[in-house]
Amino acid sequence: MSLPLLLILLMILLAVGGYGIAAARQPGGSRRVYGATLVICVILLLLALARLLAGQGVQTLILPFGLPWLGAYFQLDALSAFFLVVVNLGGAIASLFALGYGQHERSPERVLPFFPAFLAGMNLVLVAGDAFSFLFAWEFMSISSWALVMAHHQESANARAGYLYLVMAFFGTLTLLLAFGLLAGADGGYTFGAMRAHVVSPGLAALVLVLALLGAGSKAGVVPLHVWLPLAHPAAPSHVSALMSGVMTKVAVYGFIRIVFDLLGEPVAWWWGGVVLALGGVTALLGVLYALMQHDLKRLLAYHTVENIGIIFIGLGLALAFQANLMYASAALALTAALFHVLNHSLFKSLLFLGSGAVLTATGERDMEHLGGLIRPMPWTALAFLIGAAASSALPPLNGFVSEWLTFQAILISPERPQWMLKFLVPAVGALLALSAALAATCFVKAFGITFLGRPRSPVAAQARETDLYSLTAMFILAGLCLLAGILPGLVVDGLSAAVGQLNGSALLPVQRSQPWLTLVPVTDVKSTYNGLLMLLFIGVSGFTAAWLIHRLASGRVRRGPAWDCGFPEPSPMTQYTAGSFAQPIRRVFGSILFQARERVVMPPPGDLRPARLEVEIHDPIWERGYVPVVNAVVAVSSRFNYLQYLTIRRYLGLVFGALVVLLLGMVLWR
Amino acid sequence: MRGLAFDIAHFLAGGMVLVSFMLLYQDRVYALLNIFALHALVLALAVGWQAHTQEAPHLYITAAVALIFKAIVIPVVLRRIVQQLGIHRTLEVVGGVGRDMLAGTGLVALSILVMLPVTQGADPLAREDLAFALAVVLLGLLLMVNRHNAISLVIGFMSLENGLILAAAGARGMPLAVEISVAFSILIALIVIGVFLFRIRERFDSVDMQAMDAFREGRRK
Amino acid sequence: MALMADYLVQGCQMALMLLLAPLLTGWIRWVKARLLRRRGPSILQPYRDLLKLLRKEVVLADSASWLFRVAPYLIFSALWVGASLVPTFASGLPFSWAADLIAIVALLGTARFFLALAGLDVGTSFGGIGSSREMMIASLAEPAMLMMVFTLSLLAGTTELSSVARFMSTADVGLRVSLALSLLALIMVAIAENARIPVDNPATHLELTMVHEAMVLEYSGRHLALIELSSSLKLLLYFSLIGCIFAPWGMATAGSTPGAYLYGTAIYMAKLALGGFLLALFETSIAKMRVFRVDEFLGAALMLGLLGALLLFVSRGL
Repeated sequence: MSLPLLLILLMILLAVGGYGIAAARQPGGSRRVYGATLVICVILLLLALARLLAGQGVQTLILPFGLPWLGAYFQLDALSAFFLVVVNLGGAIASLFALGYGQHERSPERVLPFFPAFLAGMNLVLVAGDAFSFLFAWEFMSISSWALVMAHHQESANARAGYLYLVMAFFGTLTLLLAFGLLAGADGGYTFGAMRAHVVSPGLAALVLVLALLGAGSKAGVVPLHVWLPLAHPAAPSHVSALMSGVMTKVAVYGFIRIVFDLLGEPVAWWWGGVVLALGGVTALLGVLYALMQHDLKRLLAYHTVENIGIIFIGLGLALAFQANLMYASAALALTAALFHVLNHSLFKSLLFLGSGAVLTATGERDMEHLGGLIRPMPWTALAFLIGAAASSALPPLNGFVSEWLTFQAILISPERPQWMLKFLVPAVGALLALSAALAATCFVKAFGITFLGRPRSPVAAQARETDLYSLTAMFILAGLCLLAGILPGLVVDGLSAAVGQLNGSALLPVQRSQPWLTLVPVTDVKSTYNGLLMLLFIGVSGFTAAWLIHRLASGRVRRGPAWDCGFPEPSPMTQYTAGSFAQPIRRVFGSILFQARERVVMPPPGDLRPARLEVEIHDPIWERGYVPVVNAVVAVSSRFNYLQYLTIRRYLGLVFGALVVLLLGMVLWR
Repeated sequence: MRGLAFDIAHFLAGGMVLVSFMLLYQDRVYALLNIFALHALVLALAVGWQAHTQEAPHLYITAAVALIFKAIVIPVVLRRIVQQLGIHRTLEVVGGVGRDMLAGTGLVALSILVMLPVTQGADPLAREDLAFALAVVLLGLLLMVNRHNAISLVIGFMSLENGLILAAAGARGMPLAVEISVAFSILIALIVIGVFLFRIRERFDSVDMQAMDAFREGRRK
Repeated sequence: MALMADYLVQGCQMALMLLLAPLLTGWIRWVKARLLRRRGPSILQPYRDLLKLLRKEVVLADSASWLFRVAPYLIFSALWVGASLVPTFASGLPFSWAADLIAIVALLGTARFFLALAGLDVGTSFGGIGSSREMMIASLAEPAMLMMVFTLSLLAGTTELSSVARFMSTADVGLRVSLALSLLALIMVAIAENARIPVDNPATHLELTMVHEAMVLEYSGRHLALIELSSSLKLLLYFSLIGCIFAPWGMATAGSTPGAYLYGTAIYMAKLALGGFLLALFETSIAKMRVFRVDEFLGAALMLGLLGALLLFVSRGL
């Protein structure tokens, strides 16, 4: 019942995109577009939620378009339903935010048509039931988001980001195409059902895994395929950044899960899990270290997305390793942790990007070095951003902690893995995860502290004003959800059970609803338990009691005065710690090896009146070692073939003819 | 073999690895010598315990040799040399301690990975001892590779040799003659090294290996 | 009725933490003074300081925001809750399952997060120095501590502290290298996290190398009292943690007689006194290190923790 309705709603969403072309020129047109997407996303969200809670089972639908002899297959199961919830929750909130934020858009004709199309594209990926419709929807999603990245193409950095994004997106689609080809086999059953039934030989299955990692990983931002992400996500308008970072990366994760866990069947070898696990660990650590080096607020958030993708892949890798060893109960825990983190990251990353959007509207600045002190003019935005920052730093009792806690439990649960490499890899990845969690807290102390606290570093920051009510509502809904998912994690885990069971041979975690005090019990209650609700209660009660008692019995007086600062307060706000100086110790500890960070003090000679300068030089090893050589090689090869541009018409025809003959010969030889 | 006896042997052998790490962490000459004495002391205890559990009295001699020569004589002599040469200042580390420690952890993991699957079926204590001994040897090599100062080169070499003794003690059946000859060769090595240190110092005014490298580079040109 | 008694014991534990924290700080200061051949202030001096600070008015910097005023209460309550969740004189208290060791580590993280933000809030250079260095220290110390948690949980099969304590007091733990490594790592982390010598000096102001004191420089009056009490609580928490994991003897179990509880409390106080004495002895016999040696110190702790976990995986595989 719900699948046809869902598809009809997606059609309406596309129609709204069409209307967006016209609406861009009307006054109030953007309100109407975003209002429509809000309503549609809420309906979709409710549908998906109902489907998710209904349990397992697949609903399929064949529509007579697409390839002539095949039709287009659509399907809806618990896994799709969970990701539909994530996508449409993000979509609804972004639309709500854009009701206010969209008013400030300079060129609405470049945003309004593509925003609903982007949403429709992501939804379509999740309900696609065969390789063609999946890849079509995937490309549709990529290209509509590319158009949104290019919305402000006048800035040259954005144009470069868009170009890089396009190249990486095509690369990803290509690898996914190959993966589907291998999955379908020579007989070419391109529906998901046929692929599931088709058994792939172990070697080819490993190839499919690698291709899926490349394709979905490049979209999700797995290191070293992440390079486009921190450029492209911040380039788009902020509500779109929230969607790209919070939601589109999750669609990529969905693609990976769908191919590797569902279509490919049971993992054959343990090293599959090992590879994914190691990639996840490296991605998490490098992502957060890159994030710490940034002083552009939105780019910092984008790099932090890379870290979270790493955490999700750690969970998925563990699940693969467990499944390969037939330990399904443990695999259920790892999968639950990964999916929970998918939800959590979509919540707090959307919230943080929306907050950065509010800052951008209020000040026109993304560079933290020019911000500061925004907590006074924008107290509500600051509160919402603080909740998001605390959630993404994995602080209890918020939601980010719960999924990291579950991931840790999945790492700890399993000493009895037979493989030697895993025995070493798992604690090492645990250390990487712990390190990146601690660094994430540092990163968000920096992001929040430099942007919102202290004294304003520029006139625009001093003259900022609180953002509009729509945007605030959107942010506070997300903040509330972060808190709710943090204190009632058991309900979320129960909600995920249908999706987990579907991927995992129906092995599940214990039912959480029936636990006393709604405690989270991942394995059994003798192992480990966590109760966010009680934590919140304890902290809240003891904090309020302390405040009340102190004000009642001791003193409640306050006097305002100049800052103390050891007796040498300096009036210039430039003497505060900046984003760069805050990260300096970390840069010194980690960056000197990883980023070849060098600091140089340039002292003018005596008598010269120029100021001394401290110069910092940071290299990006992945870009410089991995991508630049490829780019150079491509440039070299293409300049070699440049003469092909100046051939006679006869030569061109000859080329075409030759290519045709070679292909035909190839076919003959292949047979 | 399980139970307390195993636990103590495991603990002492692991203690050797730990002390090797402490050697890696030190960057002062005197502290390095003290830790080396500790290294030898733990070795003596480990070997002594092996002698007790294996009921192999000749191992007591090995333990005594380790205790007297390595824990007392060699550190004292080296300390003298350091005093006479006046090189008790901070050592330089190539790279940085953090990187060394990370590499060291990797080496320990490597040695365990290499040793345990190979020796499947052997006595668990011997297996663990062998793994730890290999780790100590590798850490000693790392110390030798990553330091400039000739003194830490010597210490690295000696701790490496301690690792060999640990392996030999765990493996059961290394003849006493070999033990004693190894011990004496070490002593002779010490004397030779000591003489060399003085000669090097006389000639180059430094025991920093980088300075010597620079000299060699210069001659080749 | 038994339930009521359980809750009563839990309440006693919370009160005990609050009461003991300044005493421990006073004791360490007194021992240190004695070791330096000074007479030193009375052991009760921290209580007097706190009461005096509580009665004073707060002088807020002009540029301080609401976060600056809320943070002390948040920090205090997070640390108090964290300290109360560590088994001290008795294990298996009614709320011991509400948070395991990982959650306690994360609670410490929550307190630190807000403390670092408060350091940045006024917008002074000292506050920034403190916050930035504190977060650098924490980003190495927290993983080192989590590696210790890994080792414990692999051994005991749980991350819940009461069960860990019960497991550690049984005979089948044995002497293990991993445990020694973890203990060493935990002590190093505790030294760094509590701003003790050689990482930071708790008794100094106006020194470029200070970390913790630089962050709280702008606090005064009742806010400062809460911050001071919180750092005492944090120290107590680490002492209790080391005690309950590595010296779990003499602890009462839930539901035992009041006599057993009293006995447990006496043993616990003795452990604290011994630990405090050792800390003071250590602090007087060592010099403070440069700030940029701290990362090597903590990196070593992290590596020791990791090594412990690795070795454990090995000895389990045998």
